Amino acid sequence: MSDHHTDLLIVGAGPAGMAAAVTARRHGLSVRVVDDQSAPGGQIWRAIETVAATPRLARLGEAYRAGVDRAAAFRACGALYEPQSQLWQIEPGFRAFLTRDGRARSVTAEAIILATGAQERPVPFPGWTLPGVLTVGAAQILLKTADSVPDKPVWIAGCGPLPLLYMTQLLAAGGRIAGFLDTTPRGRVGAALRHLPQGLGRFGDLVKGLSWSLALKRAGFPIIRHVAELRAEGDGRLESLHYRTQDGREGDVAAEVLLVHEGVVPNIHAPLALGCAVKWDAGQHCQVPALDRWGETSQANVFVAGDGAGIGGAEAAEPRGRLAALRVATKLGKLRDDAAEAAARPERATLSRALALRPFLDALYAPRPQVFAPADETLVCRCEEVTAGELRTRAAQGRPGPNQLKAFTRAGMGPCQGRQCGYTMAHIVAAVQNRPVEEVGFYRIRPPLKPVTLGELASLDEQEPAA
Amino acid sequence: MFRKLHDPGPATVTVHIDGRPVRAEAGESVAAVLLRQPEGWNRTTPVSESRRAPYCMMGVCFECLVEVDGQGSVQSCLTPVRDGMSVTRQQGRRSLSA
Amino acid sequence: MSIEAFDVAVVGGGLHGLSAALHLARAGRRVVVIERRWTGRHASGATAAGVRTLNRDIAEVPISLEAMAMWHRIAEIVGDDCGFHARGQVNVAERDEHMPALLQREAKMRALGHSHEELVDAKELRRLVPALSPHCVGALVARRDGAADPHRTILAFRRACEAEGVVIAEGCGVEAVDRQGPDWLLACGDRRFRAPVVVNAAGAWAARLAALFGDDIALGVRASMMIVTERLAPLLDPVVSVVGRALSFKQSDQGTLVIGGGLQGAADLDRESSTVNFSELAKGARASSDLFPAVHGVRIARCWTGIEAQTRDRLPVIGASPNAPGLFHAFGFSGHGFQLVPVVGSILAELVVEGHTRREIAAFAPQRLMQERAAA
Repeated sequence: MSDHHTDLLIVGAGPAGMAAAVTARRHGLSVRVVDDQSAPGGQIWRAIETVAATPRLARLGEAYRAGVDRAAAFRACGALYEPQSQLWQIEPGFRAFLTRDGRARSVTAEAIILATGAQERPVPFPGWTLPGVLTVGAAQILLKTADSVPDKPVWIAGCGPLPLLYMTQLLAAGGRIAGFLDTTPRGRVGAALRHLPQGLGRFGDLVKGLSWSLALKRAGFPIIRHVAELRAEGDGRLESLHYRTQDGREGDVAAEVLLVHEGVVPNIHAPLALGCAVKWDAGQHCQVPALDRWGETSQANVFVAGDGAGIGGAEAAEPRGRLAALRVATKLGKLRDDAAEAAARPERATLSRALALRPFLDALYAPRPQVFAPADETLVCRCEEVTAGELRTRAAQGRPGPNQLKAFTRAGMGPCQGRQCGYTMAHIVAAVQNRPVEEVGFYRIRPPLKPVTLGELASLDEQEPAA
Repeated sequence: MFRKLHDPGPATVTVHIDGRPVRAEAGESVAAVLLRQPEGWNRTTPVSESRRAPYCMMGVCFECLVEVDGQGSVQSCLTPVRDGMSVTRQQGRRSLSA
Repeated sequence: MSIEAFDVAVVGGGLHGLSAALHLARAGRRVVVIERRWTGRHASGATAAGVRTLNRDIAEVPISLEAMAMWHRIAEIVGDDCGFHARGQVNVAERDEHMPALLQREAKMRALGHSHEELVDAKELRRLVPALSPHCVGALVARRDGAADPHRTILAFRRACEAEGVVIAEGCGVEAVDRQGPDWLLACGDRRFRAPVVVNAAGAWAARLAALFGDDIALGVRASMMIVTERLAPLLDPVVSVVGRALSFKQSDQGTLVIGGGLQGAADLDRESSTVNFSELAKGARASSDLFPAVHGVRIARCWTGIEAQTRDRLPVIGASPNAPGLFHAFGFSGHGFQLVPVVGSILAELVVEGHTRREIAAFAPQRLMQERAAA
């Protein structure tokens, strides 16, 4: 290992990245771990090291507390850990470009594990760009990292385990809830139940979910079921919100903060930028990288582990991280094939257990159709402020795909690079052109993955006169 | 629109938002501090100059951009506060003459 | 299988193909544009869209000046102004030793009777581009030059074509060429097209298409890299280039800085893809912040490369095939074809309809790139 080169580069220090690092180090690989955040843990264990020493640890729940040991094991494993480092480009071979403290540099590695996790599925509706509208994940991060809660009773809209967990944590912390707009469509429980037999091994999780629901019911705030449409209103900030249920019940309520959540999707910008093949996951309504049983992508020596490989949560992320690390160790000659296979067996069993309940959850919490078909006036691209109506009009002229629509409307050209509009764009194109969404595809991802400055890029020219 | 549940005590630092001193806790993000301010927004967009505030808190939406110590378009959700830090709300398209 | 019959088949739905189709349709021809992906997929959609007469090769100057006159009335031609603004192009000298070359260029152009390139001193340069670093000493300026919006331009040419009845066949790659009586038969997947005249506007893939007709033309490839930044308040009006460095620097209507200049990434013709090389692109970022110190902290929104053809002498190939009857070439613009789009389409219409052109295109003859192959 030199300052510039390691055997393995891991991107992301969440459950998958930390587990991969620990395993890779155990097999003698030199490892560099880069991460956006200032401390290890990823999103699930955000600020775990800081919170561990405070009474706040207890009220954030058991799953969160599990991160304490993981972060400690990671810190001790001997990987070169570079927090607050933004990775903005990986070139074949591999050369990765990073920025830390406003300085850019490049590092090299023989293999790469992308453990870049997930992001919340974008939920476009009229007014979703108003200050005061945040994601439930954002609010949970504020609770973990800043011990902050909404000042006034908060409205929460969405479906999935995260809103239930957050509401439980929020009440435990002393926060107040104005109401929950449950967007799970009618009839979902029945559809989900056929996936239950394979999930019965996860009985404990089911009970945990039920206990959250019961606790929330007891808390006494209004729960409005089968909400299909949302509209946020206000002058320069959220002041009120309007909802409409599947049965046509409507309501207008005053609101200062609205938290929304419709599940999570893998972060696929890095694998796409590397040219890794992706496929459409119909169960999770998103693109996932095409991976072999070790997590290796279509590009040799590029692996994806964790939720970036398909949503599975932290318990699936860790075995996936270890499997990828085992395979890297084999490919770099540090571990025999049979030894890797033997070590992989329990990991695959753990992974399979961790994923058992997933089809049930995916079916129960599949996003409502309105998430993919927002009203015409909705801003689909938050950055360039392009509406669903404009995209629909353009999509009907000829048979343009997402990249052509991007060129003509600028949707996807802003700083988020399509992270907030990509899926909505794909669904709008599919609906207008009567094509399956998996055929429409996604934006071509242009580097850099993060908006590095001209000065930072220029500094590379000074450092490296000749390669 | 958000409030902090505990007093940071000795971990308190001071940051300046548009020149006004504001108390914050070491280690928390600039975005978290911005969400506790009465204004409730951190920038206006370069397209329509409409107000925006932090949305995702995990680095993917780029709504929380502010100027930090003279560097523009910094993701405040990925930036921990530092004592004496100067934070400026961004208005519309950045002007380089300033 | 039914065969779709036309007077002219234009292969390549980039801007040169669309312009040729537009002018041919206006001359009364029934035209199909055959495009493997979609209109403007490669170089036309990846261009910086500079509209520049400044520093053109002498051989290109006459058609470039004619094209510039067309750009100044582009809305009359395609029904949209294409986002064209004549805010000038400026070729900056950073040091005194760069000035003699600019002086010579200006004198040479004047001797040839052209007055569009003008030498300016440091003071006038500062007036034209206040944001420029004060170390710059002078410049060559073409005040009627400017830049356009590439995507608006593609859309405008496409719509103008469609209004004239041009058929645009996207998703159609030419796989085989056959002779059928007086016609060329083009096989594209499950579609067949027949036409006595074919225009080869296939850009980086034009030599491959020419080979299907028996023309063996030496052609290289470029993958010029571009940087686009976040949107900024107005910083500069003209397009700025600099002597001795690969830099072209301008600000779009949206406020983004668009930075190019010919730094090369890697192109893969078979996979129809190209990749950015950041170690190389760093030179462009360096040149930008040297020339415009204020942009040091500006965020890059995205970078890309566009694939296009490049000839040995950097001049385009425009003219009839010496071997294949009814085949006309228009490619090889070598990184500076955008400005020539309106005029080259007009030249092709003339060549096809009248059999000759009044424009000076001798320097662009395909034969010049075929002789060495024939001799070998």
